[in-house]
Amino acid sequence: MSLTLMKQRPDQQAATPSRVDGVAKVRGVALYVDDLPCADVIYGATVRTTEAGGTLQEVAFDPAIDWSEFVVVTARDIPGRNAVKLLEDDQVVLVDHAFRHAGEAVVLLAHADQEKLRKALKGVSLVELPNPSPIFDIDAALAAQQEIIPGNIYTDYLLDRGNVAEGEHLAGVVIEERFLTPSQEQLYIEPQGMLAHLQKDGSILVEGSMQCPYYVLDALVQCLGMDKDHLRVVQSTTGGAFGGKEDYPSVIACHAALLALKAGGRPVKLVYERGEDLRVTPKRHPSRTLIRLGANKAGELQFIDMDFAIDGGAYRTLSPVVLSRGVIHAPGPYKCPHIRVRGRAVATNHPPFGAFRGFGAPQSIFAMEVAMDRLAGKLAMDPAELRRINLLRTGDVNPTGDVMGADCFAHAALDAALEHTHYYHRLAEYRAWNAAGHQTRKGIGLATFAHGAGFTGNGELYLASRVSLQALANGHVEILCSNTEMGQGAATTLVQIAADALGLPMDCVHLAQADTSRVPNSGPTVASRTCMVVGDLIQKAAGQLLQRLREMAALAASHDAQSFAAACARLCAAAGDTLVTAQYQPPADMRWDEQAFLGRAYASYAWAAYIAEVEVDVLTLATRVLDFTAVQEIGNAVHPVIVQGQIEGGVAQGIGYALYEDVLWNERGVMANDRLTNYIIPTSADLGFIHVVLLEGGLGAGPKGAKGVGELPMDGPAPAIVNAIQQALDIDIRQIPVRPEMLLELTVSGGN
Amino acid sequence: MSDWIRPRHLPEALELLAAAPRPYRVISGGTDLMVESHLAPERRPESWLDISGLQELQGLQITEDGIRIGAATSLEAIRRHAEVVAHWPMLAASAAVTGAPPIQNRATLGGNVCNASPAADNAPVLLAYGARLEIAHHHGSRWLPYGDFHQGYRKTALQAGELLSALWIPYPPKHSRGYFRKVGTRAAQAIAKVSIAALIEEDSDGIIRSARFGMASVAATPCTLPSVSHYLLGRALRDISETDVRHGVRQDIAPIQDIRSTAEYRLEIASRLVLEAIHRRSKSKKED
Amino acid sequence: MTTMRINGRAFQSSSAPNTRLLDVLRNECDLKGAKEACGEGECGACAVLVNGKLVNSCLVPLGQMEQAEITTVEGLPEDSALARAFVHCGATQCGICTPGMMLAATALLAEHANPTLEEIRWGLSGNLCRCTGYGRIYAAIAQAAGGVC
Repeated sequence: MSLTLMKQRPDQQAATPSRVDGVAKVRGVALYVDDLPCADVIYGATVRTTEAGGTLQEVAFDPAIDWSEFVVVTARDIPGRNAVKLLEDDQVVLVDHAFRHAGEAVVLLAHADQEKLRKALKGVSLVELPNPSPIFDIDAALAAQQEIIPGNIYTDYLLDRGNVAEGEHLAGVVIEERFLTPSQEQLYIEPQGMLAHLQKDGSILVEGSMQCPYYVLDALVQCLGMDKDHLRVVQSTTGGAFGGKEDYPSVIACHAALLALKAGGRPVKLVYERGEDLRVTPKRHPSRTLIRLGANKAGELQFIDMDFAIDGGAYRTLSPVVLSRGVIHAPGPYKCPHIRVRGRAVATNHPPFGAFRGFGAPQSIFAMEVAMDRLAGKLAMDPAELRRINLLRTGDVNPTGDVMGADCFAHAALDAALEHTHYYHRLAEYRAWNAAGHQTRKGIGLATFAHGAGFTGNGELYLASRVSLQALANGHVEILCSNTEMGQGAATTLVQIAADALGLPMDCVHLAQADTSRVPNSGPTVASRTCMVVGDLIQKAAGQLLQRLREMAALAASHDAQSFAAACARLCAAAGDTLVTAQYQPPADMRWDEQAFLGRAYASYAWAAYIAEVEVDVLTLATRVLDFTAVQEIGNAVHPVIVQGQIEGGVAQGIGYALYEDVLWNERGVMANDRLTNYIIPTSADLGFIHVVLLEGGLGAGPKGAKGVGELPMDGPAPAIVNAIQQALDIDIRQIPVRPEMLLELTVSGGN
Repeated sequence: MSDWIRPRHLPEALELLAAAPRPYRVISGGTDLMVESHLAPERRPESWLDISGLQELQGLQITEDGIRIGAATSLEAIRRHAEVVAHWPMLAASAAVTGAPPIQNRATLGGNVCNASPAADNAPVLLAYGARLEIAHHHGSRWLPYGDFHQGYRKTALQAGELLSALWIPYPPKHSRGYFRKVGTRAAQAIAKVSIAALIEEDSDGIIRSARFGMASVAATPCTLPSVSHYLLGRALRDISETDVRHGVRQDIAPIQDIRSTAEYRLEIASRLVLEAIHRRSKSKKED
Repeated sequence: MTTMRINGRAFQSSSAPNTRLLDVLRNECDLKGAKEACGEGECGACAVLVNGKLVNSCLVPLGQMEQAEITTVEGLPEDSALARAFVHCGATQCGICTPGMMLAATALLAEHANPTLEEIRWGLSGNLCRCTGYGRIYAAIAQAAGGVC
């Protein structure tokens, strides 16, 4: 649990203020959706399909139940479009006839008595004509014997640099592998939920757990056929999200709103209990990667050839974007003249997969980093040495054809990681340990990677984010943006950035609640963009506000909180405009060809080297992470404690991904281990030390050179841990989670 | 609305159990039953008999030949009891790996036994220590070796009108050593994939005088290893063949594949654990 | 009718005895600090102290709470070393596990005034956190016990 700032900063003391939302949370008075006071509330519940795709023949309501007591909503009640607003309108809000997976919503019910509601759920029976051969596997989908959509392919991308055939000639050593990664559940401790209330003026207020209030708003506009002015979406305190609350809240909000429209003015609370949340909400895309790497005898990569496929589930949702990021990150932070990455997102009859921290990158980086160790093995070379030979330096061309400038710290990250862990010393120590016949075997493994922050390429341009600052008469300033606090510290970081830019103490600045009736659309809270992109906009807005106060309210060139307050008072008294808005402008050198995957894919890459030390019990084959060191260059740590918390939490999720977490499927393609007893995440007793080392090069696109860090920690742990276990046991591993059962099979059968 | 009766004295509880027209659901700590009641509300019992207030079922008493543990004693109280730690360390260990602290503060030893999960955390240890159950009925009490309690998947020897009132555990034999290990899905709040407790008594020549085993999650009920115990009896440690032990284990257990693990893993790890228990010369472990 | 003391105040509930204590706290006492996150006693988000012991309130039936002393997060001192340490050390991120963690920490510190790291990890092992990886929470408890964050 140590934090080392490699670059000492004069303002370090001031850089760790307390979280602005901390006190309410430790007192237990922060209000999550299930805590919101709502007089006269009725509860919602959902009747869902049971077959893995097919057609709905009939919906029958048990005549023994008095349905007049209930609010009942079906597809016919949808005033607008029966389509969840996303990249494509292929997913229905409520099933009308055709459906593609088990667990799709068909009927919504609401009642004030939860016991009656529970019984009524059983009173609705569906007659489904099932799809006789559902698809649940990526390669089965690609074989396309049955088609959900043409060829079962949502998206097909190709990143193609140089000529792989030429690279094959130059490669003296080639490895070929097939890797699998499973789905993974975000497991935010607060289940999803919404509270919808038809107001007296006919407008609808929806409050709830979410990452992106404007996504929810847009979905409501489409589904209810109402315009924005009659809809209001407010984010309540959100108990974790990790991407899992990026798109699905739109579905729940539409459901709750549809019920609210028929509820006679009573608020409708639709909060999922854990089992339902596990079964139906989107999870990480499973992946299958075929990979060939070729190097010359000196260890220099000559070609990378990957066939990367992800399971998108039954509807397109976010799969094209997940695939894009997966493809861009697949070849790693390496220089290699010949690269081909073919990426495909396929359709299956699983519930749709969606966003989860990392968003495609953990899957492809896993394959690349384990393949690199395989290559190192064949070259009889130390894995760290192989990385050193191939990691990008300033002046090199990266896999998307971009020339690396000064902001290239891959080597610095690797060097710091090797030094911090006494890597070579440990390597020798573990080798000796393993030869001595102890009850355990130990290994040390690494992964080097880079993570692009912000939306890919032109994405930010399309978002056209806007942020406003509102000056109040008392000299306080409110930040108005649609970015949400969900634990990652956005509220604190954005306030810190604004306060710093305005020259004010933090307690004079407040982040307004994300309420679409008040805040502009500054884009979704995803893609590690908040600090970097939105923080930067806040800085710009702060500059505009100071300028206005100087020009119109006699604010002096150098001010303090008092003189600032006086200037605000003067501006208000003169009925001046106290609101400033900054609009996103793309950087001048952001050229990105999204068809060819060519150019600068992201505003900033953060560079990382992660090292895992593991111990495997020889008897049970259970793996323990002894020590974990996460080194990353992140430009500037605006709030070091928050950054440390993000890295530690992300690494913990990565350790779960590597060792414990597995989504098991039942015969209908739905999560079978739909209870916390059976979906295993690490407890405090399972996690050892996580050392966080931050390097700050100051060259990121965000405030004072900051880069996004939220997702980066998810990329490194799984390959580092697998590489360590492979070394400890001298076996080849091809999938995660690395369960003891798998290790037993591999060690008993001889390893390869 | 269901009935909830909370008698103050054991005789009262036994009267109620005997007279009940429909069976009562007996509840002590509630850590299993409250989950069941919430996740499967259609199977919610109509009548509950709350025995958490019965003093006769609480507490631990040292006797001449061992310890009597009231069935409604919490795992937390058992885990920290000085006599248990000193003389029955495997029980302190198994209590400490049942769930996690908030579970142990409420869960009871009797509850763990009567819930009769094949994965019951404390069952292997009770089998290895040769525990006896004190089963009360309004006509009197009877004693039953714990090894005879589990009759089938979640089916126990408790008859209508009977209540488990206490568990008696004898002092382990003088020259015996215990071995306990739980292999779970993670280090805490875990259901066992395989669990073993062993109590092995050797004489001064290294000949095994007795070997009792208890295992969880390898059969429809917690089970002993009769073939293995029989094989080891009278055998010197150096004369024990791994092949023979493995053969015995295969005869004594019937592991299955389920949501947590595979039959192959359970069989192999069970065999390894038994071998480790036999050859290990250290105190009990609470691993994984 | 069940009579208990919640955060030092007498409270009576006429709900059915098999009602979960969690529901009594949230729906009848308007104490929303204890959360429902799993419904099966796995996550500790509903944890409270009953007679000083840490328990999952989703597993506790009202019928056993006669004369019980119950402490929820709302009953902890507002400004304690523990509360300050949690905020200062970054032990709370999304906050949903925080009430349960605060109570687990309180129970732990009552028993071990100066807990070792091992004791801290054990004491929290029934409380799941998905945001922090636990590191900052250990640090907060160590600080509250008199160490350094």
